[in-house]
Amino acid sequence: MAIESDILVVGGGLAGLTSAIAAAHEGADVRLVSYKQSTLRNASGLVDLLGYTPDGDGPLPDPYEAMGDLPEEHPYRTVGVDTVREAMGLFDEVTQYEGGHTDTNALLPTHGGTVKPTARYPSGAAAGLASDDRDMLLVGFESMTDFDAPHAAAHLDAVGAPFDVRGVTVQFPGGLRADAKVTRYAKLLDTNRDVTVRGRTRPIREALAARVNPLIEDEARVGFPAVLGDDRPAEIRADLGQQMGADVFEVPMGPPSLPGLRLEDALFEALDESGASFETGNPVVKYEGDGTLERVFLEKNGARIPLSADQYVLATGGLVGKGIDSDRERVTEPVFDCHVPHPSDRYDWFDTDVFGDHPFAAFGVATDEELRPLDGGGEPEFDNLRAAGGVLGGYDYAAEKSGSGVSIATGYAAGLHAAAEAQ
Amino acid sequence: MASTPHIAVLGGGSTGAGIARDLAMRGLDVTLLEQGNLTHGTTGRMHGLLHSGGRYAVSDQASATECIEENRILRDIASHCVEMTDGLFVKRPEDSEEYFQEKLQGCEECGIPAEVVSREEARAMEPHLAKDIDKAIIVPDGAVDPFRLVVANAASAQEYGARIETHSKVTDLLVESGEVVGVEVEHTSGPGKRVHGTQGGTEEIYADYVVNATGAWAGRIGDMAGLDIEVRPSKGVMTIMNVRQVDTVINRCKPKGDADIIVPHETTAILGTTDEEVEDPEDYPEEQWEVDMMIDTLSELVPMLEEARTIRSFWGVRPLYEPPDVGSTDPTDITRDFFLLDHEDRDDLPGMTSIVGGKFTTYRMMGEKISDHVCEKFGLERDCRTAAVPLPGSEDFTVMRDYMEEFGLRSPIGRRSVERLGSRAEEVLGTDRPNPTVCSCEGVTRAEVQDAISQSGSDLNAVRIRTRATMGNCQGGFCCHRLANELHGDFDQRVVREAWDELLQERWKGQRHALWGDQLSQAALNYSLHATTQNRDHDPADGDPVDFAAFDGGLDHTGGSAATDVAADGGRHGD
Repeated sequence: MAIESDILVVGGGLAGLTSAIAAAHEGADVRLVSYKQSTLRNASGLVDLLGYTPDGDGPLPDPYEAMGDLPEEHPYRTVGVDTVREAMGLFDEVTQYEGGHTDTNALLPTHGGTVKPTARYPSGAAAGLASDDRDMLLVGFESMTDFDAPHAAAHLDAVGAPFDVRGVTVQFPGGLRADAKVTRYAKLLDTNRDVTVRGRTRPIREALAARVNPLIEDEARVGFPAVLGDDRPAEIRADLGQQMGADVFEVPMGPPSLPGLRLEDALFEALDESGASFETGNPVVKYEGDGTLERVFLEKNGARIPLSADQYVLATGGLVGKGIDSDRERVTEPVFDCHVPHPSDRYDWFDTDVFGDHPFAAFGVATDEELRPLDGGGEPEFDNLRAAGGVLGGYDYAAEKSGSGVSIATGYAAGLHAAAEAQ
Repeated sequence: MASTPHIAVLGGGSTGAGIARDLAMRGLDVTLLEQGNLTHGTTGRMHGLLHSGGRYAVSDQASATECIEENRILRDIASHCVEMTDGLFVKRPEDSEEYFQEKLQGCEECGIPAEVVSREEARAMEPHLAKDIDKAIIVPDGAVDPFRLVVANAASAQEYGARIETHSKVTDLLVESGEVVGVEVEHTSGPGKRVHGTQGGTEEIYADYVVNATGAWAGRIGDMAGLDIEVRPSKGVMTIMNVRQVDTVINRCKPKGDADIIVPHETTAILGTTDEEVEDPEDYPEEQWEVDMMIDTLSELVPMLEEARTIRSFWGVRPLYEPPDVGSTDPTDITRDFFLLDHEDRDDLPGMTSIVGGKFTTYRMMGEKISDHVCEKFGLERDCRTAAVPLPGSEDFTVMRDYMEEFGLRSPIGRRSVERLGSRAEEVLGTDRPNPTVCSCEGVTRAEVQDAISQSGSDLNAVRIRTRATMGNCQGGFCCHRLANELHGDFDQRVVREAWDELLQERWKGQRHALWGDQLSQAALNYSLHATTQNRDHDPADGDPVDFAAFDGGLDHTGGSAATDVAADGGRHGD
C-alpha cells in the first residue's frame, strides 16, 4: 500500500517549497520529498525577479513592467504578471525579507564589487543598498579569499556608486585557521564566545567591533562578508552596530552561502507551520502511470517506498540541481523522463563567449498554460504533473537575474493549480 | 662583434627556454622573446608525457634513444617537475603479437628498460584496465609538468643574466647588408592591460645572433626575411578527465593510431591524441568527433572512461619538420627528430638559425645542440652544463620531506604545494601571514599565488600556469575572483578586472568541449555564480552609467533599523 497525499511535491528548493506552502495554504494535504541539498546553498540569498530583459537591457528599475514583453515561452508569461505579484505576496508573508514595500528593484553590492538588481533582500543586507547614498565602509577578513574589501570598494567606486566607499582588511579575532569554513565564523559570532586578543579576553563581537572601530571615519554603515551568524544574525548585527555606531550589513557571497541557507531554513519552517509533511535525503527513482501518474517510488535504505498522490509537482531544479541531466548525446529530465527540447548537436548547446547567449541556460521542460510538461508532440506528459522553477525551460535566469522570481511564481502557480485539481 | 655575444632567442616554449638557459649558463647575453605567456604555443598544449622512448622504439629508434637519455637527465635536474609513473604498452587480443615482439625488441635495442607482464599483473597495477587485455610491456614513462619546467628554465636563465620578455611579439626581422642583425618587437604589456616586463611600445632589439625556436610558428618568422621554412603543423586533441583513472601511463601497443595514450597528470588524466596536418598553427578546426573518439577508443583499454567526467579538451600543434626530399604524406610518418637550419649555409642569410621538429622530452638536448652551434659561430669553447645543474626548485629535492615537517604541512594541500615548489618551498611558503587556500580544487595557497604574481605581474593566466590554480574540476568557477582579489593592492581595479575577465574567458574556452553531464552542470553553476551572484555579465563599470536614484533606496535611512530588527525577528531564521 502506498503512502497517500493530495499533492506530492518532488524537490526541496525555492520552487518546491513555495509550491508546497501555497498548496497547503489552500487546504490540501501536501507531502514534499527532496533528495540532495538544494541549490540555495549556492545562491546569494537575494531574491531576483527580473533585472535585465532577454536582450540585455537594464538594470530595470521596475521588473513587472518588462514582464509583458518577455517571449511567449517565458515562465512569467505562462503564469501572468498578477500571479507573480500574488506569489511575491506569499513570499513576503512567510519570510522576513525586505523590498516588498515597492515594485522597484533594489541595487545591492556584490562581493566582487559590482552591483546587481534584485527585488527582495534579507534584512541583513538592507543597510547595504547601493541606491542609498550614505557613505560605506567595507570590512574584509584577512583569510577570507572570497571577499577583498579594498578591491570591492574600488570596484564599487568605478561602478559610480552615489556614496564614498572604502575597504579595509582586518584579522578576525579568535585565532581561526586560515582555511576556516564560513560556518565557523558564524558559529563563533552566534555563541559570542570569549576570545583573547593581545592578552585581553572579551566576547568576540566586542573584540571584532573594537578592531573595526578605529578604522571607521564617518561612515554611517559598515559591511561585512555574509558570515554574521547562522542562528542569531539580527542580534549579531544589532550588537555590532551598537558598538560601532553604524548600521551593519552583510555583502552576499558565493557557496556555501549563509543567506541562502537561512532562506532555506525559513521556508522549511513555513512549510512545517503550513501543516505539510516533508522528508529529505532520498531520491525518487521510479514512477508508475501512463498519461496519469499513479505513484512514485522513493529509494530509502535500499528499499523502494511507494508514494501516491492525486497531483504531482516536479521542482527538481535545472542543470545545476540535476533536475535536468545530459550525456554526450542528449538532454533529459531524469525523474519522469519528460521531454526537454534541445539542439541535437551538443556543440550547439553553448556560445563561445563566456557570457554569450548560451542555449544550455534555457534548457528545461516546456509546459502548457497550467505548467504541465509537454511531450515532443506538444501534449501534456501526464495530466496530473506540473513543473516549477529551474526544471522549466525557456528562460536564462542568470542573464536576466530572474531565478528566484521564476521559482517562487511558478512554484506558487503549480501549487495552486494542483490544489484546485486535488479538491 | 662584442666580447660577449648577445643572442636573441625567439619562442618561449620548452625549446626556447632551454636554449636561453643553456646560453646564459655559458656566459652569453640572452634575450628571450615570447609572443604570449611562456608555454603559449605547443609546449602548453601537450599531454605531459615524459617519454621513455618506448613509443618510438619501433618506428624511430634515433628519437627513442634520445628520449631515454633525456628521460634520465630530467629525473635528476627537474625532479620537482617530473612524476615517474612508469608506463604500460597494453596489447588487446585484436592487436598483433608480431608488433608486440617488435616493440619489446626495439626497447632493448634502444636501451629502454622493458619487461613483459601478464594480464593479471597488469591489472594488479592498474585495476581499471579492461578485463580482456592480453598482456603489457612496462617501460619507464613518466609525467612532466611542462609549465613548471619551462618556468624553471626561464627563471634559471634569468638568474644567469638573461632578459625574459613575454607578451612581446616579433613583428619583423632586422636585416642589414644581407645579414640578420636583430628583431623588431611589439610589447603588448602595459598600463591598463596586463602589467609586467617591458610595458608597451615597439622596440628594435639588435643581436649578434638570432635563434628562431618558435616551433610551429617558425615559418612565420622565416617569412619576415623571405626564408622558406616548411614546418608542417599537425594538430592533436587532448581530453582531460576530472580524476586519475590510472596512475601509470597507458599506451596502446599497436603500430600507430589515434587515441592511444592516457597520461596521469597531477589530479587528472589526459587522453590523447590525434595527428592531423593543418594549414595554420593558430586557426584550425576543433571538432566534436575528435573528443568522442578519445573517449570511445580509449574506453577499449579503460572501460570506465565511457562514463567518466571530462573537464575540458584542448588541441596542440606539433611543429613537425622533415627535409624537403622525404615527402611523407601522413604526419604520423614524419620523424620526431629535430633539425638545425643554419640560414647562412642554407639560404645565404647569415645571423640566424632556426630549430624545428623535435619533441618536448628532448628539449634540453636540443638546447645543447643549438647552443654548441651558436658558440661555434663565435669561436667560443664553453661546456654545456644543463645536464648536470638542477633547475631552480629541484636543487635538493630530498629537502621536500624536511619542509613538510618544518611547515607542519601534513594536509594534502601543503603536500601538493611543496611538490609543486620543490626546493623553493621555504622561500615561498615561509610567510608569517595567514596562508589560506585560494584554489581548493588544486590546493593552491595565497603564498604560492603571490609568488607567481611577483614573477609574472597581473597576467592571471601566467599565475595559472605557475600554480595550477583554476585547473581543477570547477575550472575557475569558485576561484577566478579570488585570484583577482590577490592582484588588488599591487594593481589598480581596472587592471584587476581585465585580468579577471581574461582568465574567465580562457577557462571557458576549453570547457566547451566537455559540456555534457557533470561538467555541463558545473558550467551552469559557474555561469550562475558569475552572472547571478556577481553580475559579471553586466558589470556597470564596463557599461552605461547606472541611474542609482531610480532604484529602491530602502525603507529607512535614519539608522536604528538594526535595533527594530531585534524586536521583530531576534534570533529567527530567515532573516
